[in-house]
Order: sequence, then structure tokens, then C-alpha cells
Amino acid sequence: MAKLELSHLNKTYSPKIIPVKDVSLDVDDGEFLTLLGPSGCGKSTILRLIAGLEQPTRGEIRIDGKNVTQHSPGDRNIAMVFQSYALYPHMTVYDNMASGLKLKRVSSEEIRRRIEQVSLFLGLGNLMQRKPGQLSGGQRQRVALGRALVRQPDVFLLDEPLSNLDALLREQVRAELKQIFESQNTPVVYVTHDQTEAMTLSTKVAVLSNGDLQQLDPPRRIYTHPANRFVAGFVGSPQMNLLDLKCEGKFAILGNYKIPLPGRMTPPPEITLGVRPEHVRLAEPSDTHTLQGKVILKENLGMSDLLSVKVKGAENQTLRALLPSDRPWSAEEVTLALPPDLIHWFDVETGDRLTSENLQPVY
Amino acid sequence: MTTTIRERERRTGWMLIIPAMLVLAFVYAYPIARSFWLSLFTENLGTQLQPVFSGLNNYGRMIQDGRFWQTIANTMVFTISTLVLELILGMGIALVLNQAFKGRGAVRTIAIIPWALPTALIATTWAWIFNDQFGVVNDILLRLGIIDTGINWLGNPAPAMLSVIIADVWKTTSFVAILLLAGLQSISNDLYEAHSIDGASPWQSFRQITLPLLMPQILIASLFRFAQAFGIFDLIQVMTGGGPGGATETVSIYIYATVMRYLDFGYGAALVVVTFVLLVAVVALAAFFLSKLRTATTGDA
Amino acid sequence: MSTAQLPAEPRTQTDKSSISWRRILWITAIVLTVIFSLAPILWQVLTSFKTNADIEAVPTVYLPTRFTLQHYIEIFARRPFANYMFNSGFVAVTSTLLCLLLGTPAAYALARLRLPGERIILAIVLVVTLFPYILLFLGLLEIVRATGLANNYLALIIPYTAMNIPLTILVMRSFFQQLPRDLEDSAKVDGYSTWKMLLHILLPMTIPALVTTGILTFIASWNEFLFALTFITRESMKTIPVAVAQLSGTTVFEIPYGAQAAATVVGTLPLVVLVLLFQRRIVQGLTSGAVKG
Ligand SMILES: Nc1ncnc2c1ncn2[C@@H]1O[C@H](COP(=O)(O)OP(=O)(O)O)[C@@H](O)[C@H]1O
Ligand SMILES: [Mg+2]
Repeated sequence: MAKLELSHLNKTYSPKIIPVKDVSLDVDDGEFLTLLGPSGCGKSTILRLIAGLEQPTRGEIRIDGKNVTQHSPGDRNIAMVFQSYALYPHMTVYDNMASGLKLKRVSSEEIRRRIEQVSLFLGLGNLMQRKPGQLSGGQRQRVALGRALVRQPDVFLLDEPLSNLDALLREQVRAELKQIFESQNTPVVYVTHDQTEAMTLSTKVAVLSNGDLQQLDPPRRIYTHPANRFVAGFVGSPQMNLLDLKCEGKFAILGNYKIPLPGRMTPPPEITLGVRPEHVRLAEPSDTHTLQGKVILKENLGMSDLLSVKVKGAENQTLRALLPSDRPWSAEEVTLALPPDLIHWFDVETGDRLTSENLQPVY
Repeated sequence: MTTTIRERERRTGWMLIIPAMLVLAFVYAYPIARSFWLSLFTENLGTQLQPVFSGLNNYGRMIQDGRFWQTIANTMVFTISTLVLELILGMGIALVLNQAFKGRGAVRTIAIIPWALPTALIATTWAWIFNDQFGVVNDILLRLGIIDTGINWLGNPAPAMLSVIIADVWKTTSFVAILLLAGLQSISNDLYEAHSIDGASPWQSFRQITLPLLMPQILIASLFRFAQAFGIFDLIQVMTGGGPGGATETVSIYIYATVMRYLDFGYGAALVVVTFVLLVAVVALAAFFLSKLRTATTGDA
Repeated sequence: MSTAQLPAEPRTQTDKSSISWRRILWITAIVLTVIFSLAPILWQVLTSFKTNADIEAVPTVYLPTRFTLQHYIEIFARRPFANYMFNSGFVAVTSTLLCLLLGTPAAYALARLRLPGERIILAIVLVVTLFPYILLFLGLLEIVRATGLANNYLALIIPYTAMNIPLTILVMRSFFQQLPRDLEDSAKVDGYSTWKMLLHILLPMTIPALVTTGILTFIASWNEFLFALTFITRESMKTIPVAVAQLSGTTVFEIPYGAQAAATVVGTLPLVVLVLLFQRRIVQGLTSGAVKG
């Protein structure tokens, strides 16, 4: 049984502002679900709906099978970590952690025991009597986490908890978060717009755009099998090449080159080709399908170079390729290969992923 | 649980608001409503202080009451002169307080002292300053050779009005200055710099930048001051008692005398009603212009 | 100095002199502001330390020839001035506390809880701040008579509480709106009810704003005249403004100018101290109550 279930959630602020449109999700014990999407797509709103800080216009929220849609936030036994940490400024670190437990009438020995355990785990031991104002950003973040952990909630909610940390600290805390929540066996819902966080932390990623759930899959599969053009473009860096191409017979036409379509289907008149820059490689003699192009831009990313290549015969299409810096190629012209099994195909109109099965034309 | 979170939140909201609203209703709404009701009765020494229904009689009497019209005229003279003087002086002080100089904090502190002091005490202070025998104003004017004999400031109609106006301007200019200062501080210095690079003189900057951008604050300050001056009571009551011969009697003073001295409750109530209606009309008008101005300056409705 | 700089010299000089002219103007304006604000009060202070002979000298004696405390002694020894001060203080403090107690929760509800009709309530609150007390005094007088509250502190405390509630609501509401929302959300998730959250989480953070509002309401209550004049007639219950104003009215032929001056100084002293301590907060409170509201 899923611990946390959202079914057909909708939040409508006004006819034009609908940050959550019919979202259904399950998160099981021990699962770490990340809500990933660009800023303003409704991630925080979903989290606030789960917490009970906003009420859904339609839909239901169940925790442990119990409908909690109309329960007050305090009655849902959830813990939430806010982007701004939201530590009570007038309370010591200890009291910040204890406040929720006191309200739940947990005995003071039990409170002390839990706080000691968590603070040991998070290395907060010597900060217990400080006020939040006397802590560094990283320490505050830890206290906010600690406050959530001591609650031993049914669900953890985290809203961009790393975004106020500097880059170095962020990586370190990210690794810690993974450890912490792997040991918890409680559903976690984590909001971020940072795909690295989503990829490294989650067991499941929900990609959102404009209030719509685009794809719900493990991070690996989000990367390997993006459900549509939006997910393909949003996940992965540098961004996937997405080229709208004309089709002829069983081929998509890119400049002077023909790229075979998979399966035994009659192709649509137009199709979107997607291929990640890191999957484009220099052609080898054994490759059958290769393309030649002119290098118009070379960006050095350290380990590798990102080339922007104008494909012969396709003057308005640019293909970007991520190539290892130590491999030689001509500064002007390159011959590239697109591995057929790493090419994604999308419907030009709907943006949906096309596979050899669903590429069957209906017309 | 049958109620939704939103319903519970609303219920809490009302519980938080209602005590304050009850107190407001009790102290504001009831007395005013009661005055409306009472104004339809004659209740004075003639009726042995028993209310006798008399319809709109009190209002009819008011139309023919020369003293009432005199108090309205006095109130308007007082209100408009203090308002104009306070705006001019308040603007000057606000400009001074907005300058960067050493000890600005101290000067700001000093400048708000008049606002903080009890009007009744200020009234005795100014009555003493304008005293006909020992007053310092007469002494200064005599020494400067402007007058030959001391003026009986509070004993003659025009000087008495002038005295209460000066006292009120002194007392409340700082309030206007504070509001205008807040407005001045919100005007970016870049605007002035750009303007002076364009070759504008300080006076032109003032006319073309300061005044237009300060309009909302000027109107709000005017609204507050209009209402307060229109209802002026303590200052005049203590300085002149409305005299001499009713020369400084404002509406409030007249209402107070009607009720407390002549024990004419019905008529007093009618005076309250008329004052209330006049005030609300002016406030509504001002609010209308204020919202128009807001849309004109910010461009949104 | 080289000759090449000669042409520049007269220019810098005119620049300098025009700048210093401007400075002189500003300094004059600053000095005038200070004189304008302080002169009447200082005159009263001087008067309060003069002997009666100096006070009634013609032409006016500006600086006292002899300092005396006789007027201060008079108001405290021969008149119940300590009593008046206590009355004013008690009424002002009580109504300030009551006002904060009632107004702050209302301000919170209007800032955060999205009640239907809150715009109307706000508009009413705003308009009410403009009503002169003379409009209320007849109705209140009836109530005071009917309930026998005359010469009772409550006859002042209740109206003073009410008349300061609108300002409290406006100032506190604008304060609450500036608070970060996350803190309240966090408290809700922790299980605080709205009441508990107000008390345990928001109140400690609200103290500076409460002080600001409290100062404004204290000043307004301390200064109120009309209700104090009408509802309190017993000498021992009078507040400072009425007591001082009536000092002048008692004997027509021999007005106690010195005592009056001393009483004014004593009666304004608490307020001057408040202004000296809290100038910044007062300005803040006034502007957020009037402008932002
Ligand atoms: N209280 C509200 N009233 C109206 N619109 C809101 C409110 N809260 C959020 N929104 C809108 O909902 C959308 C989604 O917001 P949010 O969930 O915070 O996005 P994200 O967290 O993904 O950046 C935004 O367009 C935002 O402007
Ligand atoms: Mg967000």
C-alpha cells in the first residue's frame, strides 16, 4: 500500500492561474520522489497541498490510506523543510527542534533522546543553545533538517532545501541528504528545479510543466526514455538536440543526409529528432550513417568540448556534439555519427515520444 | 471531520476580528447612529429633558440658526488656513529633514515634538504667548516698533482667529512634515541627478519631480488634517472658549456648548448629524480623487 | 600654482561661493526648523522657573533674574498633580494594552486569513480614523450617564481603546504583511493552532511593532481632552490635559501663569522622553499607519 497518494489533484487560483492540473502520484515507504520542473510550474503548490497549507480545488490526498484532504497541517503528521528554513528566530536550536514534539505531547525524555540522536547524526551537538541568528547558512539548513527528522513523520516534504547554499556546500549536503533519507524508510517528496539534485537523490522523478505531470519514472529512465519533447529538453545538460525534420519514405531528412526511422511504420510527414550532445560521436570507418558539417562554435567545458555543427545541406539546423577534448578532429569540418539506438523520436505536433510501436500511422 | 480547513480558518479569522469590531461598533457606530435617531426629537430644558418627537424640526431650526452658519464659516476659515499653512511649512520642514547633515536625527526628533504634546497644554502655552498684558508676542512686536500698544490678541475677533490658527499650525505641521518626509525618502536621488544634468534648477526640480511624485502623500496628509481641523475642539476650547463673541467658535465648540451648556440634546444631535454628513462627503470626494490620482500615476486600476 | 591654472581660479571661486551660499541657506532653514519646533516649549520652560515678579514684568523679562522652583512645588504640594499624572498614566497604559490586545489579532486576521469582506472592513477602519471625537461624545455621554460610569476610569479607557484600534490595525497589519510567510507555514505544519502560533511564534517577533504602536496609542490617550473633560468631573480623577486647562480657568483675575507653565512642563515631559527615545519608531508607525494603509 502506498504511504502517500495524490489522486486527481487540482489547484485553481483563478481561471488563468492553475498551478496544479489533475496530478496523481503515489509515494511508497522508502521512496524518494522529486518534483522537478522549471520555476513557476507548480511544484511548491503541490507540496503545500500535501502539507495542507493550501486546499485543493479538486482531488484527494491520502496518507496511509486515510483521506487527509481536510485535515489541518498539524494533524497530518508530516514534516516540511522550507527553502528559507523558517527557523523560529526567538528560539534556541533545541527549542526549534522540540517545538513540534511538545505540541504532540511527546514526553520530555523522549524529546531529549530524539534530539540527541538526530543532532549527533547531523553534527549539531554544540549548537543546541544558539539562536538561528548565530548560525551559518549551512548550520541553519541542518537545523531545519533536524527539526524535520526528530518529528519522525509519516511523510517528509522538502522545498528546494539546498538552493540557499553556495555551490560547494550544496554538493556536500546533497550527498548527506541521500544518506539520511536512505536510512529513514519514510516517503519523501522533494521539490527542486535542479536536475542534478533530482537525478542523484531520487528513486522516482515527477517532471512537471505548467501544472501538468509530464513523466513519472526513475531518474535513469527519465534520462534514457524522456516521455516527450519537454522532458527531453528539460532533463540533461547540455540540452538535447531537438530538430524538426521532414520525412521521406522510411527516412528523416537532415540536410544532405537520411536518417533511418525505426520499426516498420509509414512515417509521418514531419518528425522531431532528439539526440543528446553526449551521444553524438565522431564517425568511425565502420559507421554506415554519418553526417558531415562545419564547426561554427567550440565551447571548452574542461573534460570535453561542446561543438555546434552546421550540418551540410541544412543551413538552419545546428547539431551540438559533446566530444572528449583529447580526441583530434579538424577545426573546420567534422564527420559525426548518431547511434541509432540513442536517437529519440517525438511527434511534431503533440511532442509525445514515438517508438517503433506507436509510430504506426493512423492515416 | 465535517468542516473544511478553509472554513475553520475563516472561523478563527472572525474570532480574531470580532472583539475589535465590537468595540468599534460600540464607541463609533452606536453613538453616531444614536445621534441620527435623537436628532428627530426635541429634548431640552423646554421639554424637561424628555424626548418629544419633532420630525425634522431640529434641521429646520438649524437653517435659520445664524450662529450655526457662523460656526460653519469659522470652521472653514480655520480649516482652510491651517491646511494651507501646514502644507507649505510642512513641505519646507520635510525638505530640511530630508537633507543629509550632521545631527539630522536630532533635528528630526526635535521636529516631531510639537506633534506629540497634548493639545490642551499647547493651548495654554499659546494663550500665554499671546497674553495681552505679559505676552511675549506683544513684547517682541513692541520692541520691533511694529505696534505702539499691545494687542489684545484673544480678546478681539480677527486676532483671536489668527492666534488659534498659529497655535494649530505650530502643533500639527510636524505631522504633515513626517508624512511628506516619508514620501520624499521614496523618491530616488537618480531622478534629481538626471534632471540637474539636464540643466534644471533646484526650483524646477522641485516643481517637476518632487511635487508630482509627492502628490499622494500631500493628498493623504491633507485628508487627515482636513478631518482633524474640521473637528477641532481642545485647542480652541482652551485658548478662547470660542470667543470673543463667537469669533472662534467652530462646529465642535458649538455642539459641545449646545449639549453641555444649553442641555439641548436633540439640537446637538442634529448638529452632530450634519457635521458627520459634511465630513463623510468631503472624505468620499477626497478618496475618489486619491484613487483617480493613483491610477493616473501608477497606471493600474 | 602654475599660471596655466589661472583661468580656472575665478570659476572655482564662484562655484565655491555659490555652494556656500546654498549651505548658508540650508543651515538657516535647519536652525529655523529647530527654533520653530522648540521656541514655544522653551518659553514655557523659562516661565516655569521665573518668579511671579519676572513673569508679570512689563516689558517682558526674558531670562529669569532668579530661578525658582516655587511653581513646581505649588502644583505638587497645593494641587493634586501627582494624582493627575497617575490618572493620565493609568488610563493611557491600560487603554494602550487593551488596544494592542484587541487590535493585534484583528490586524493579523486582516493581513493573512483572507476573510470575505476584509476590504470593506479595512475601508471602514480607515474612514473611522478621520472622525473627530465630537461626533461620538453625545452618544457616549448618554451611555456614560445610563451606566453610571461617570467619574470612572472605564469611561475613558473604553473610548481610548476604541479610538486607537484603527491605527493599531493599520500599523500592525502592514507589519504582519512584511513577515515571511514560511515561518507561519512551518508553525502550522508543526501543529500550532492559529491562536498558539500568534502567541508563541508571532508575538515574540511582533514586539518591536507592538512597541511602536503602543507609543502612538499612549501619546493619543495621554493627550485626549474632550472625553476627559466631559466624563470626569471629580477633581481627584482628572487627567493632565483637563487639569492643566482648568488651572487657567479657575480664577478670572489672577491666572496662575507660573503654575500653568510648570504643569505644562511636567505634563509634557513623559511625551518628550518618549519622542527622544523612540523618534524613529514614531515616524515609522505614523507613516505606515497613514500612508500604506
Ligand atoms: N496564493 C497564490 N495566488 C495566486 N497565484 C499563486 C499563488 N501561489 C502561487 N501562485 C502561482 O502558481 C504558480 C505556481 O507556483 P509555485 O507552485 O510556487 O511554482 P514553483 O514552486 O514550481 O516555482 C505560479 O505561477 C504562481 O504565481
Ligand atoms: Mg517553489
